[in-house]
Amino acid sequence: MTPEHARELIEQTLLDIVPDADLAALTQGVDIREELELDSLDFVALVERLSERAGLRIEEEDYGELRTMDSAVRLLTMHAAGSSA
Amino acid sequence: MPSLGADMETGTLLEWLVKPGDPVHRGDVIAVVDTDKAAIDVECFTDGVIEQLIVEPGRRVPVGTVLAIVGAEPAGQAPAPGPAVTTAAHVTSPLVRRLARDQGVDLAGVPTAGPGGVLHRADVEHLLPRKRDRMPAAADHLAPAATRRAMRASPMARRLAAAAGIDIATVAGSGRDGEIRADDVRRATQSGDRPAVPNLVRVGGTTAAPTATAPTATAERHPDAMRQAIASLMTRSNREIPHYYLTTTIDMTAATAWLRARNRELPVSERVVVAALLLAATARAARRVPEVNGVWVDGELRPASSVELGLVVSLRRGGIIVPVIADAAARSVDRLMATMRDVVERARTGHLKSSELTPPSITVSNLGDQGVESVLGVIYPPQVALVGFGAVLDRPWAVDGMLGVRPVVTASLAADHRASDGAVGARFLNHIDRLLQRPEEL
Repeated sequence: MTPEHARELIEQTLLDIVPDADLAALTQGVDIREELELDSLDFVALVERLSERAGLRIEEEDYGELRTMDSAVRLLTMHAAGSSA
Repeated sequence: MPSLGADMETGTLLEWLVKPGDPVHRGDVIAVVDTDKAAIDVECFTDGVIEQLIVEPGRRVPVGTVLAIVGAEPAGQAPAPGPAVTTAAHVTSPLVRRLARDQGVDLAGVPTAGPGGVLHRADVEHLLPRKRDRMPAAADHLAPAATRRAMRASPMARRLAAAAGIDIATVAGSGRDGEIRADDVRRATQSGDRPAVPNLVRVGGTTAAPTATAPTATAERHPDAMRQAIASLMTRSNREIPHYYLTTTIDMTAATAWLRARNRELPVSERVVVAALLLAATARAARRVPEVNGVWVDGELRPASSVELGLVVSLRRGGIIVPVIADAAARSVDRLMATMRDVVERARTGHLKSSELTPPSITVSNLGDQGVESVLGVIYPPQVALVGFGAVLDRPWAVDGMLGVRPVVTASLAADHRASDGAVGARFLNHIDRLLQRPEEL
């Protein structure tokens, strides 16, 4: 998965959960959960949908990687690379 | 008009999903009602046949108002798709029936111009403009004089009206020459009988023509009305209920370890969050301590026979709504999790059902996701307790004389001192603690 594709996937999934989310605010280092005020149920929904769409299983240990957009993109691209190798 | 939340005094009927003659069953969604907080799907409470729709779409009426009359189902008669039509003497073509259905016209009541009582398309169409005139939400409430003359309103009044989401044209002016002043708007906002803002105006499938004065349709509900509803209920609570507060810090090591192990094994879609465990423990503890699970009515505690768990859900645009998880103590953690996800999502997207807004017997406010340590809540009258949870945080914690770092949560109880004393409240919180030490038994 390319970083562009991963980003698109994440953005689309965030919009599913928070339809009026301001994705432009998710610049480098910004905490996604804080910025979009995601509660634990929203976050579970995010993880579930991302896992489904990216075709990988995001473990609870990986939740920290979903903190910012950049780290989330890295998580998806690395996982996808690992699984296809 | 059912009560869809303790803070609801009036509701606006948005839409009927049935018409006279329709057979209905208990649990069928028959109407949509706006409560200032959300649009709610109202379910029928009984089996029968709709005899009459009394309240028209767009009308705001007090809780308790009769919305419709449901008659007993005629014995032996199979529920027909359009009973009123079949019993009428009129003969109608499928085309006419479809038109009538699309336009929400009850054919039984249509006078016919044709010979032999045959209904023609024109008969139905003839009715439509009248129907439109009659139905739009705001129309009944508008003072005709106010709508026709050029509006005179102070800038402050206009600003207030815009903020409250009410159409300035509907406010009666008390100033010179009927000028609308800020106070008039404030009165109109508080009186609660202002016309509904029509995102609402769908009549039997037809989008009614907007009236000249109606603001452009908007799906936004005015936050002000919700604020007012919360304000009045919470004021009543603090005025009437002698609250007492207890808090306890609970070691969550066992609970979080159990959750982590469980979530690692199961599909991502079945993952459970810690909030579900907290709810499960609360529900089971409430079953054992009836003094915190019930309502205070007419000077006495009425314990509930089951745990109807209210869950405070914060809405993204501000405000809160409290859907209920029925018989929560009987649900497994998995089922609680699934129900909580479902209900919270629908609370936020505006698709709760009336059965999910029946009065809770106890309410939980979980502000853990907001990062605070503890919640000292305000009880929802006539309930007698509100349980609060803060965030699960790593904290220094002494066990057997040794200091370690453990995940802990602060559980709190706001309870009605008329219904229980501190010792009872303490017993309740201790139950929650004990239950969370054995999560596998929840």
